[in-house]
Amino acid sequence: MSQANLEIRRISGHAGPVPGAGVKREYEVAKLVDTTTCIGCKACEVACLEWNGLSFSDTTFQNSYQTMPETAWNYWNLIKFDEHERDDGGGMMLLMRKDQCMHCEEPGCLEACPADGAIVQYANGIVDFQQDHCIGCGYCISGCPFNVPKFSPDSRKVFKCTLCSDRVSEGLEPACIKACPTGCLHFGTKDEMKELGETRAQQLREHSGFANAGVYDPAGVGGTHVLYVLHDATNPEAYGGLPKDPQIPWTVKLWKHPLKWLGNLAMAGGLVGLCVHYLRYGPKTVEPDQEIPKQGEQP
Amino acid sequence: MSDSLLLPHGRVLRYSFHERLMHWLAALSYIYLLLTGLAFWTPWLFWIAVVLGGATISRELHPWVGVIFMVAVFWMYRAWAAQMRATERDREWWRALPHYIRNEDEEVPAEERFNAGQKSLFWGFFWCGIVLLLSGLVLWFPHWIPWSLRWLRLISVILHPVAALVTIALFMIHVYMGTAVERGAFGSVIRGDVSRKWAARYHRAWYEQVVRDSAAKE
Repeated sequence: MSQANLEIRRISGHAGPVPGAGVKREYEVAKLVDTTTCIGCKACEVACLEWNGLSFSDTTFQNSYQTMPETAWNYWNLIKFDEHERDDGGGMMLLMRKDQCMHCEEPGCLEACPADGAIVQYANGIVDFQQDHCIGCGYCISGCPFNVPKFSPDSRKVFKCTLCSDRVSEGLEPACIKACPTGCLHFGTKDEMKELGETRAQQLREHSGFANAGVYDPAGVGGTHVLYVLHDATNPEAYGGLPKDPQIPWTVKLWKHPLKWLGNLAMAGGLVGLCVHYLRYGPKTVEPDQEIPKQGEQP
Repeated sequence: MSDSLLLPHGRVLRYSFHERLMHWLAALSYIYLLLTGLAFWTPWLFWIAVVLGGATISRELHPWVGVIFMVAVFWMYRAWAAQMRATERDREWWRALPHYIRNEDEEVPAEERFNAGQKSLFWGFFWCGIVLLLSGLVLWFPHWIPWSLRWLRLISVILHPVAALVTIALFMIHVYMGTAVERGAFGSVIRGDVSRKWAARYHRAWYEQVVRDSAAKE
């Protein structure tokens, strides 16, 4: 996990190839969030604010442990609390899921972004916003299937979890991981985290009576670099509305792929067509039978 | 109209000052919207936004200029909508379109003040303008749209470029016709007047009406 992992793999709004891609050995990192051992202490929320120098925001009371309804431009990491009635009559469960950027393998935010270099995906899988290149259009908000990017009215830029790319580049774990007192948060290579999550899910299935326990690594966005262990992987919506099958919105895909090429082709073709028309037919003339004076002749 | 549209020296007044003003308000604001819009459309044209003062400024101004453009569009609607209604003559014009394209204008029926093609341009810009305005308002303030209404953002990201592409097609044809093909048309929307020959050539039905109205006043 050295700075080599801040090699860039994808760049938003960029014409031409990505400089440096595929040059170095690439480790992909991931965060593993085991919702079954989270106690909702919010140490990760505080650590996130502390490390990233964000100010403490007002919390809103919603008759639950929830700090605020959703993440904000200056609050990137939020535990979602949900009261859930078990189907097997086992009583009420308090589901707690740490919500933050999922660092998609195929990021919808980056796909939608028109600004050159405002969103990059590092070779290690971290998707990072570069606010100095951000133009504040908010297309990333439309492209994200997880409701992550948040607009700051003050700076007119969009912010989100960086997966502590600054810490990761120095070989450290993200701040939230470091603060977790129960060990429900893990950080390592994607392969390791996936394996650890599957081991834990198997344990839950075999020894704790959670027959549907599993790892959340949604294929619709090519997998994510934040993985969840869920008691019931068949019902991720119960965990603060975690989408079951997140996808880059089809209108964003349609706009960025077929429409863009069809539109470019039509505009270029239109220009060529008009030029050809002019060469073939030329201007309409008002005085068609007017004689052009011959050389030396007085008009 | 109190005064005759027939001017001295064989000229005819085609566009009043107020028509020219609204045309150029629409035209200049549209060109800015087109250039900045193309910059956001594809990375290959992102440099346009850099040339125009930076993409952040382009993003700030694009919606405001859009408001100006729509003011001009609604102004033109008030001034021209009545003259842009489809008539029986328009159907004949569409049938004669291949002749019109091949500059065989003697085969084209006498045109009113605006021919069927110009009327289509007008209504195309008007309806696309409405779509661009509504989708543009969503894209102006995406962060105000709650997650439960995100379908608004998702249809806007596709409707805005689709409507814009339609206007680009109309714009290209309009500029080509007005500058390269119908010589004299560009001057008419700047100075306001055209020659009688021009009027009789391109808008005979309108020109004959102007002559009749003028004779009736004398």
